[in-house]
Amino acid sequence: MRAVMTVIGPDRVGIIAGVSALLAEKHVNILDLNQTIMGGIFTMVMLLDTATANCPFEELRAAFADFEHVSGLSVRIQREDTFAAMHRI
Amino acid sequence: MLDRSDILETLDMIDQQHLDIRTITMGISLRDCAHPSMGRCAEKIYDKICRCAARLVETGRAIESEYGIPIVNKRISVTPIALVAESCEGGNPAALARAMDRAARTCGVNFIGGFSALVHKGATPGDARLLDAIPEALSETELVCSSVNVATTRAGVNMDAVARMGRVIKETAALTADRDGLGCAKLVVFANAVEDNPFMAGAFHGVGEPDCVINVGVSGPGVVCHALKSVRGAPFDLVAETVKRTAFRVTRMGQMVARAASERLGVPFGVVDLSLAPTPAVGDSVARILEEMGLETCGTHGTTAALALLNDAVKKGGVMASSHVGGLSGAFIPVSEDEGMIAAAEQGTLTLDKLEAMTCVCSVGLDMIAVPGDTSAETISAIIADEAAIGVVNSKTTAVRLIPVPGKQVGDRVEFGGLLGSAPVMPVHPESAAQFIARGGRIPAPMQSLKN
Repeated sequence: MRAVMTVIGPDRVGIIAGVSALLAEKHVNILDLNQTIMGGIFTMVMLLDTATANCPFEELRAAFADFEHVSGLSVRIQREDTFAAMHRI
Repeated sequence: MLDRSDILETLDMIDQQHLDIRTITMGISLRDCAHPSMGRCAEKIYDKICRCAARLVETGRAIESEYGIPIVNKRISVTPIALVAESCEGGNPAALARAMDRAARTCGVNFIGGFSALVHKGATPGDARLLDAIPEALSETELVCSSVNVATTRAGVNMDAVARMGRVIKETAALTADRDGLGCAKLVVFANAVEDNPFMAGAFHGVGEPDCVINVGVSGPGVVCHALKSVRGAPFDLVAETVKRTAFRVTRMGQMVARAASERLGVPFGVVDLSLAPTPAVGDSVARILEEMGLETCGTHGTTAALALLNDAVKKGGVMASSHVGGLSGAFIPVSEDEGMIAAAEQGTLTLDKLEAMTCVCSVGLDMIAVPGDTSAETISAIIADEAAIGVVNSKTTAVRLIPVPGKQVGDRVEFGGLLGSAPVMPVHPESAAQFIARGGRIPAPMQSLKN
């Protein structure tokens, strides 16, 4: 299953490091990554392959909910299909 | 990879503009639950619902989590209970409502609809027993919703049933007086009721439906309102195009969720109902969309035209996004469930008469309207008759969900809580329609040609 992860929040050192370390720990592969600073706000969109994950999707989601809480960033992870349905005919 | 701005736009719709799937509703046929013993019939109903819907809520939650889109309600609709209970020898059909309520609790759903009867041309003894049992059923259960179809374009209006429903509504209000007549919020009187509606309180599983089916109701007034902010002052052509584009996207989301739910549950996909269903939350209002089109307050002159455009554009945008569109599909205008409608009604701009005009061009009818507790049964029946006439003549679904709030007067406010919201008590005309309602009989079916 392919999922899209978005990370949005105030820019600082180590955001990508933190996110990718957690993904590596969960054995999730990053397929694509797009990151920029929009009006001073760190904005990153990642395409992930969760098929190789060592835990169920719900657990992965919960891990990032905790990460969101600790880091103060807004983190969303959901199936790629959600966006494809809305923006591709 | 997908475009970043598309991804962020979608997230903004979900996080900021209240985009959600309003309901996944499982339709379950109970035609195989009929039994001469009411007690045995209740057991069969409980067992079948629990068997079919055992995984509904858990599946809904899993989809919600994986796709990152809120699914607000998981619901069940069943075969109109009057049909199931017809062959019961004696006993009170309210027992079946209690079985439905227990089954809904066991499955963990938010509502169960189908304590219903279709009496648009006349009532069988089973229908009559069910109508008599509605007040008790709604006062003793929490999750059961009831609906009665009193008119169709092909059959005309059954005025005996209309008269009876006025009394049923009053009695239901009286039995739930301690909860401000809340029972009436779970009771809809229809003209041209649809068989695959996933929205409550009017959902039931029609006789032409398969044994079990998944219908999905989408929502998204906040998304439409937000989109219209970008075309302020532009001609209506552009307004309609913007609504269509937005409705298309929202419906695609509904189609995706419906497909996923259908596959995971191993139950056929029925329809996506592409309705704009408001909630009492700020930013999730149909009234505010109409105001965004340039009206100072919803209910003023121009409101009907604005709603007509909205309702039509939602359908046009939605139909291409789903393989099967059905249900009510359009814009809902439930007063107590819409923050903008509540404000407009409190201000006195939005009146019952204007709402009636609006129902000519929107998807349902006079919905979630609190009226004074001393409103007579005949006046309520007359309001139902007016609404039924609009539906029958215009070949559309119309409905009435009025709450005559015991002990409350115009100027008072009622809190129903949750998605049912709150409402100011609105005035009705004091002049009597009692002699009109006392006539009974049927209003004949209207001409389908010479349409002027």
